[in-house]
Amino acid sequence: MYVYNDFDEAFVRNRVAQFRGQVERRIDGSLTEDEFKPLRLMNGLYLQLHAYMLRVAVPYGTLNAVQMRQLAYIADRWDKGYGHFTTRQNIQYNWPELRDVPDMLAALADVGMHAIQTSGNTIRNVTADHFAGAAADEIEDPRAIAELLRQWSTDHPEFQFLPRKFKIAVTGATEDRAVTRAHDIGLRMVRNAAGEPGFEVIVGGGLGRTPMVGKVLRDFLPKADLLPYCEAIVSVYNLLGRRDNKYKARIKITVHENGLEKIQTLVEDRFAAIRPTFTGHDQALLAVIETAFAPPAFAVKSSDGYQAARLANPAFRSWTDTNLAAHKAPGYAIVSISIKKHGATPGDATSDQMRAMADIAERYGHNELRISHEQNVILPHVHQSDLPAVYAALRAADLATANIGLVSDIIACPGMDYCALATARSIPIAQDIATRFDALKLEHEIGPLKIKISGCINACGHHHVGHIGILGLDRAGVENYQITLGGDGTQTTTIGERAGPGFSAADIVPAIERLVTGYLDLRTDANETFLQAYRRLGMAPFKTLLYPAEDQADAA
Amino acid sequence: MSVIVTDTGFAADDWTGGFIGHAANDCGYGVDLPSDTDPATLGQLANAPMIRIDFPSSADGRGFTLANLLRRLGYTGRLRARGHVLADQYAMARRSGFDEVEITDALAARQPQNQWLARSDWQNHNYQARLRG
Repeated sequence: MYVYNDFDEAFVRNRVAQFRGQVERRIDGSLTEDEFKPLRLMNGLYLQLHAYMLRVAVPYGTLNAVQMRQLAYIADRWDKGYGHFTTRQNIQYNWPELRDVPDMLAALADVGMHAIQTSGNTIRNVTADHFAGAAADEIEDPRAIAELLRQWSTDHPEFQFLPRKFKIAVTGATEDRAVTRAHDIGLRMVRNAAGEPGFEVIVGGGLGRTPMVGKVLRDFLPKADLLPYCEAIVSVYNLLGRRDNKYKARIKITVHENGLEKIQTLVEDRFAAIRPTFTGHDQALLAVIETAFAPPAFAVKSSDGYQAARLANPAFRSWTDTNLAAHKAPGYAIVSISIKKHGATPGDATSDQMRAMADIAERYGHNELRISHEQNVILPHVHQSDLPAVYAALRAADLATANIGLVSDIIACPGMDYCALATARSIPIAQDIATRFDALKLEHEIGPLKIKISGCINACGHHHVGHIGILGLDRAGVENYQITLGGDGTQTTTIGERAGPGFSAADIVPAIERLVTGYLDLRTDANETFLQAYRRLGMAPFKTLLYPAEDQADAA
Repeated sequence: MSVIVTDTGFAADDWTGGFIGHAANDCGYGVDLPSDTDPATLGQLANAPMIRIDFPSSADGRGFTLANLLRRLGYTGRLRARGHVLADQYAMARRSGFDEVEITDALAARQPQNQWLARSDWQNHNYQARLRG
């Protein structure tokens, strides 16, 4: 894992000192609230419905045990003993006091962390495949590149006041687990015909009120050109992006309104001018960063105990069926820890649970943890022989829910329970759906299904790319939930289609139940997933499941 | 009146050449550029002794990119950021190629000299300088 060098350390300490000064100047009136706002946002501090919210960056989702314990300490000392993992691999604290925030940032700096650029109209925390460095289908670990991008984008003097926020995601695998096609810039590591490493550069993807699938700006960008090319894109966007309407300010709209070809021409011209200003120091730094992401020393040992435990314990077997993924090293597995216990708030972990996960990572997981955009925590490197002990320790911490990728593994934004922008509640809907399907005991029979819930049109819950998406709106003061179907956030990214009129808060869970249990009758066999069935059959039979009364009316 | 901020703090404006709007400039005037200036036209300004770029709002970061573009084009004259620029943006302005910042007396009263001098160390802790060498 990357460890801060003296430069990074001094930078973050200096930044904390600056923010301490900014908070003091806000309190003494030198800064107006309007002026303070972009400064606090650059340091991850939002104002929500009830309180400030501090969003801490977990760059490319990677943490070690010491860092996870510090997150637990911060939760206990300055918040309410829990944190919320987000869809951009960050952690949010919902109840900090303004005067405490500089101390919280100093505590983060103590473990090589920060909250820089987790909000505001700037380049946000760079996200990456949460299975990076462990996945069996990986070309190269994308985290070194993500760290290089973090350093380049941090405090970039030209890009702190962009038209709108700007999100970059990187993947090094064939399976896209980083939703690269729904980012302002998505980077897919590829090799050209000569076998040289580089990137497919995707631009202008995004969800929000105008969802768009990103377009390929460059088929193959040599690895060494990455920073000047990204700088060219953001430089063009900074001048061309609209500033008259915040809902039309993202680069997806800039690309849409100007056309991909024009953007390509402008970016290539700008790139030609910027490229000579990079003289190779970035590549020398990258080489150092890459050594920090060398794989751990994988153990070679027998997995016999694992198979015996699977046979002996059905609950363990069920958990291994859902919560493990293929690892590149023989005898190893990638463990997903579900932060989606039925009936709990998706993505919320208590400080005790954070400490338990840190202990497990230290003892059995080569001291590595990841936060996934699906709001779960990953142990990327666990030997199969340690899985029974890991499972027992997770059970003791109430973290052994066996539902990864299933109907109750729901992404939900904070919604009206916390967020000032929300038009409806998300968390209670997620809780009710999870509780209902747990009671039906159908979850494992239903199989892979991604439900994603957003509490407003800004789509933080990624509902557009949920196999079933739920969007909570406000209709004349009453919550109304619209359903979209067929969304997909992987390498075959698709924006879901709206099924029809929305449902009330009381009717949405029964509607989802009709939809999902109805799918069981529609599928060809147990191997056909919900998404596959939808793609084969189209909207019509699912619409009939959702709106049975109207169907009868038509027949009458 | 206005205040000119440089690395040494506040000073009165010593520019006596006056300003004109964007035009091919071979005379002694300074050139005023709005933040929505077409970047394709910047090449005409190589000989201007002074270019002043407007910041209508501290949230409008276009001026930082315009300054970078001018410097990359080889502009070596005096480059000034003018308008709603905050002390906290001073380092960004200097790193983007500006020599100085022009603010109103009212802003200077609210954000006094010491707050700007605190960022006169803009050459330190600079990731860009490290990555570019």
